Amino acid sequence: MKKQHGPLDDPLWVRAMRLVIAVTFLLVFLVTPLVLVFTAAFHDGPAAFWSAIQDPVALSAVRLTILTALVVVPLNVLFGIAAAWAIAKFEFPGRRLLITMIDLPFSVSPVIAGMLFVLLFGAHGFLGPLLEHNDIKIIFALPGIILATAFVTFPFVARELLPLMEAQENDPEEAALTLGASPWQMFRRVSLPRIKWGILYGAVLCNARAMGEFGAVSVVSGHIRGQTNTIPLHVEILYNEYQLSAAFAVASLLTVLAIVTLIAKSILEWKVGTK
Amino acid sequence: MSASRSRVLPGFGLSLGFTLAYMTLLVLIPLSTIVLRTATISPSDFWNTISSPRALAAFRLSFFTALAAALLNGVFGVLVAWVLVRDRFPGKRLLDGLVDLPFALPTAVAGIALTTLYSPDGWLGRFLEPMGIKVAYAPLGIVVALTFVGLPFVVRTVQPVLENVEGSMEEAAASLGAGRLATIRRVVLPEIRPALLTGMTLAFARGLGEYGSIVFISGNMPMKTEITPLLIMIQLEQFDYAGATALALVFLIASFVLLFVINSLIAKGSLRISRS
Repeated sequence: MKKQHGPLDDPLWVRAMRLVIAVTFLLVFLVTPLVLVFTAAFHDGPAAFWSAIQDPVALSAVRLTILTALVVVPLNVLFGIAAAWAIAKFEFPGRRLLITMIDLPFSVSPVIAGMLFVLLFGAHGFLGPLLEHNDIKIIFALPGIILATAFVTFPFVARELLPLMEAQENDPEEAALTLGASPWQMFRRVSLPRIKWGILYGAVLCNARAMGEFGAVSVVSGHIRGQTNTIPLHVEILYNEYQLSAAFAVASLLTVLAIVTLIAKSILEWKVGTK
Repeated sequence: MSASRSRVLPGFGLSLGFTLAYMTLLVLIPLSTIVLRTATISPSDFWNTISSPRALAAFRLSFFTALAAALLNGVFGVLVAWVLVRDRFPGKRLLDGLVDLPFALPTAVAGIALTTLYSPDGWLGRFLEPMGIKVAYAPLGIVVALTFVGLPFVVRTVQPVLENVEGSMEEAAASLGAGRLATIRRVVLPEIRPALLTGMTLAFARGLGEYGSIVFISGNMPMKTEITPLLIMIQLEQFDYAGATALALVFLIASFVLLFVINSLIAKGSLRISRS
């Protein structure tokens, strides 16, 4: 490849200035908050950091967050594969509408998303009396947290897989069928290996949002300490109680998760070949 | 580009059936409750809720802060995308990867970090405060939080387009005697405009609904720094479901109109590409 030259080279001062402005913008908006989280987390020393993380209430928040993600991510992966398969491989009326509707949860404010489930299952909601009668608790309990989280992370896997599968030819699948593979064998041995990195990519993004979701979970959780508090809600409580270094210590766990997510994301982007 | 769709492949009924069932249970039925609930509110109550001074102030604040953040991200997003595509500097790959941080970092963490940074004795606030610039606990803080949250959208939509216009077209314009600025204005800008608008609309839509990062930095003063999602939250906490539903419905309709605009923009954008 020939190197760029002549007409495309801006004067040195123009290049220097745009570089300085862009990098300063990124440093101020992205790097300083990151540095601050870890600095504030260790503000009162490593001992305070560890005791904030090993606090039983913090540990129960970690457990609840992991449990929620363990339910939500596989469900949305399953949905993503099914939706992408139906939309990418077949033509049917309403196909475009379905694509638009998959993105719906992204344009709903998380607070409103949580509210929907309160309207449906809350004490004053449509199904509230029925649930109360049968002694089933959804709002201010684990099922509500799972539903709200599943709602806000609904599109992630589907929207990653859809373009990937649309770009793939169907020849390998058709060949497998011709050679006598059963539909299930064809899917497992031929289709799945071709989309596995895409699935993982969507799952990583879905997981990051599921573990970090705040607004929607805040509405349905009821903030019961040690019971319905996820990690982000625990951070909020500590912060509002002016336990700043404890709040940032717990927040640093989520920040490490975010950094791991970014690293996994760039590795997977390279694997999928989207970038 | 799209592969030919098949009549031979199996699994259509199963995959579409599961897709529709899951979407209906998790998304459509919950969304329909908001319409059903609104139907039980008398029109005058509905109108009084959404036109109360506090609700109007919240709508206005949500709209203008999201718009300001989208515009800021429009300007800086193009600049950042430009630098990441065209310039070489040490640490470029690291910064490029970091652009997605707002997608990965939980909003509550962003909220408390930004609030601490911009509070009067924070790392950045201590310099801004003496200059009379109040960020934390002021509308400007909401703009800062929304700029953070929406930062990746414009960069990530403009970046691939900028990678594609590279070179030939600009060289052609330049060799035909166009100045550098004219080349950028006439050749590069029209090329990235659909992507830029899409990115800004996405950032704007995201900003409208954002809650987690804002509750910490805004100070939440009614009429002054109270955004619509927070007002909805307050009404839910007071068990005023009718009020919360009315506000949410108006807010949702605004969001859906936006989604429609985004999709038609994207459609227009792809039309441009297929023609050329």
